[in-house]
Amino acid sequence: MSTVKLTVNGKAVAVDVEDRTLLVQLLRDHLNLTGTHVGCDTSQCGACVVHMDGKAVKSCTMLAGQADGANVTTIEGIARGDELHPMQAAFRDNHGLQCGYCTPGMIMSAIDIVHRHGGELDEATVRHELEGNICRCTGYHNIVKAVLDAAGRMKVSQAAE
Amino acid sequence: MGVEGIGASVVRKEDKRFITGKGRYVDDIKLQGMTHAHFIRSPHAHAKVKGIDSAEALKMPGVVAVLTGQQIVDDKVGNLICGWAITSKDGSPMKMGAWPAMAPETVRFVGQAVAVVIAETKNLARDAAEAVVVDYEELPAVADVHAAIKAGAPQLHPEAPGNQVYDWVIGDEGATDAAFSKAANVVKLDVTNNRLAPNAMEPRAAIADYDSAEEHFTLYTTSQNPHVARLVLSAFYNIAPEHKLRVIAPDVGGGFGSKIFIYPEEMVALWASKKVGRPVKWTGDRTEAFLTDAHGRDHVTHAEMAFDANNNITGLKVKTYANFGAYMSLFSSSVPTYLYATLLSGQYNIPAIHAEVIGVYTNTTPVDAYRGAGRPEASYLIERLMETAARQLKIDPAALRRQNFITQFPHQTPVIMAYDTGDFNASLDAAMQAIDYAGFPARKAKANAGGKLRGIGVSCYIEACGIAPSKAVGSLGAGVGLWESAEVRVNPVGTIEILTGSHSHGQGHETTFCQLVAERLGVPISQVSIVHGDTDKVQFGMGTYGSRSAAVGLTAILKAMEKMEAKAKKIAAHALEASEADIVIENGEFKVTGTDKAIALPMVALAAYTAHNLPDGMEPGLKESAFYDPTNFTFPAGAYICEVEVDPGTGKTSFVNFVAADDFGRLINPMIVEGQVHGGLAQGIGQALLEHAIYDANGQPVTASFMDYSMPRADDLPSFKLSHTTTLCPGNPLGIKGCGEAGAIGASAAVINAITDAIGKNNLEMPATPDRVWRTIHAA
Repeated sequence: MSTVKLTVNGKAVAVDVEDRTLLVQLLRDHLNLTGTHVGCDTSQCGACVVHMDGKAVKSCTMLAGQADGANVTTIEGIARGDELHPMQAAFRDNHGLQCGYCTPGMIMSAIDIVHRHGGELDEATVRHELEGNICRCTGYHNIVKAVLDAAGRMKVSQAAE
Repeated sequence: MGVEGIGASVVRKEDKRFITGKGRYVDDIKLQGMTHAHFIRSPHAHAKVKGIDSAEALKMPGVVAVLTGQQIVDDKVGNLICGWAITSKDGSPMKMGAWPAMAPETVRFVGQAVAVVIAETKNLARDAAEAVVVDYEELPAVADVHAAIKAGAPQLHPEAPGNQVYDWVIGDEGATDAAFSKAANVVKLDVTNNRLAPNAMEPRAAIADYDSAEEHFTLYTTSQNPHVARLVLSAFYNIAPEHKLRVIAPDVGGGFGSKIFIYPEEMVALWASKKVGRPVKWTGDRTEAFLTDAHGRDHVTHAEMAFDANNNITGLKVKTYANFGAYMSLFSSSVPTYLYATLLSGQYNIPAIHAEVIGVYTNTTPVDAYRGAGRPEASYLIERLMETAARQLKIDPAALRRQNFITQFPHQTPVIMAYDTGDFNASLDAAMQAIDYAGFPARKAKANAGGKLRGIGVSCYIEACGIAPSKAVGSLGAGVGLWESAEVRVNPVGTIEILTGSHSHGQGHETTFCQLVAERLGVPISQVSIVHGDTDKVQFGMGTYGSRSAAVGLTAILKAMEKMEAKAKKIAAHALEASEADIVIENGEFKVTGTDKAIALPMVALAAYTAHNLPDGMEPGLKESAFYDPTNFTFPAGAYICEVEVDPGTGKTSFVNFVAADDFGRLINPMIVEGQVHGGLAQGIGQALLEHAIYDANGQPVTASFMDYSMPRADDLPSFKLSHTTTLCPGNPLGIKGCGEAGAIGASAAVINAITDAIGKNNLEMPATPDRVWRTIHAA
């Protein structure tokens, strides 16, 4: 057993876990943050994507201990109270989700994509960048639309700040 | 149409919880004292179980129990059933081997469970499973359909000699032979419809909780049809009487057919919960999903189509071998028979059809309904045949289709189905216009000049949805009726709850079903909530599959609404001292037509519940229910056209354009309908280009993770151009046909027709991987 200390969605936490515990297990089983999902166990589907120190990571593929000292943001931590993150709003407005299972990971990956590319996103880039996130419901059509829409919204909100 | 009524692209009500991480899927649920199950599964495709030694595992920390197949048999938990009886051409019933929830003696596919470890945590259960020693005696195995029916092949079940489940026929063989004897041209085609893994993103999961004081079970499960699960668990698996078994399917992360069936894991979790006296949770991992979720498709077919001298189709002969895997899953028997061969007329006038379907056991994962279920196999076959015929007869493939379209409705096909309505020319026109079909030769020439191979492929599909008229399916062997139920509860303050037997696992019922209420009553959808997925809340229902929730489920809601409105009008008329016939419902008010007298819905509801001043003899309350049984299937149809470019150097296919023109009848929410089409197209394209659940000759699965099985990803797919043509379905009052499966049914033929057009060779199997396309291009 080890104690892992990290910040999750702005709150400092210390959790005693078995050494083999994965980050996703710490989030789901110990912190009850069940918005982060497990879809494949092999780093392929991206349902488990969270942000660690501002970068998208697959939380099923790292040990909880590797997140010691890190700042982790999950899908539960991106809205400001009732105000949705622009990516969340864009997924809703563009019907970018159906069953919702891949959605948290999609949104977390998509925010990272927009951050890395700034305003320079086009459809081909979004499709290429989403390679590590699998959706079985939407055929990606509306997810791509949502990410492009959100990229515009995030630019506007950044400009406003 | 109001802003939230029928036809409005209302943003989904359910989305907020999903985009904020507040969805509640089975694996998100924790119960007090919950234990965790890990199944011990056969690594062999066929073996005798000689013994199971769990002594070491039982000594390990946190292990609660190790339970085996023999124990579940001893406790008289029933074997898994197949709910649709098929009769062979010789009159004999289908031949089925027993399928216990865990194998006591013989395993017949890789992944079949032989025992389960119950422990304090998932990791401890997994650790202990490593310490359980199972002594197997390997037996010869067979995975391929043709190998399985050969003399001397390994035999799976003594009940099914030659591994044959049934040899079933449909249509008029004499008339079909006569058509072929007079044919001017005969077109022949051999096709394989590749086996697919459904791969809903949420793996299956179950939590069973036994209350010994009440002798009552609660099951949380990833189900498309919780009431059917309760019925089967109760009536056939001896788990508990229905009133002692509550089944809850909360948020479910996709189904595509794979979550219709009641699987061994749910049965074992329930049984084990009683045995260990604590809640038992099982959550599958992705490899378990590949090994145990029912697969789809897997047909091998030879077909011949006869034409007269004027290129009119005169007959169709089909012989299909359907691979069922090692056991007959819940609705498996119906998929390659009544859901496949009854659609073999496609969109065409075909005077004579004869089809023979031979169902075969192999040492592979069981096969059952997967998005489209039989109809994609039929549509793929017909549309490949039409394309092959056009090439052989040297006429334009669109023109050949058009010439043979059914244009008069209703139309009785020679294979049971009576098409009620449609306009196949309209959808083909729309698709051809959207893709600029006329401009294709110029585009092809330009691409060819640049060293690329350009092709265009048409697919005109029809499907039978709105499943299904109970009497009709009963006469064909179904073990259940396929109606739907609904209840409308108007609360005393005027908010409305709709209880439905349909189940939403991505389809957006919480929005679309409210839109019907908004349309009829003029209330905002925020005042309406949809209750589903819990057998304690909803009285009964048949669930969601076969594109049935709008055509059947929503019609049931409409029927209940009509009853509620009739009573509410009586109350309003009484309150307003007007005639009931003069009451109209507008903007949430009951108005006396032609006057300014009105009473708002909440006041009518309050009157119904206070019961201080109701018409004489009227019962208090405002709640009505209905069961709706459709009178026919519905027949969504459309035209898909795909334009591709193939790189002859690599064999890689790229999409230039993909257009879809669908006729779904009336659309409740076009945004959601289009989303359903996008997802279906992705699955159809996935089948055509990427997906294949592969077994080696010994029955070892080769594709049991996302590392090996190629799922469609964002950069494998194009954006789609969709359009709609409309003929209203005459079979239900809303005119709805259903949209959930169309994309998966129509897309694969369009893709393969386009690639074969591009490369100038007709024989190409799915998935058309770059390797396979390259070899086909360069084959002698």
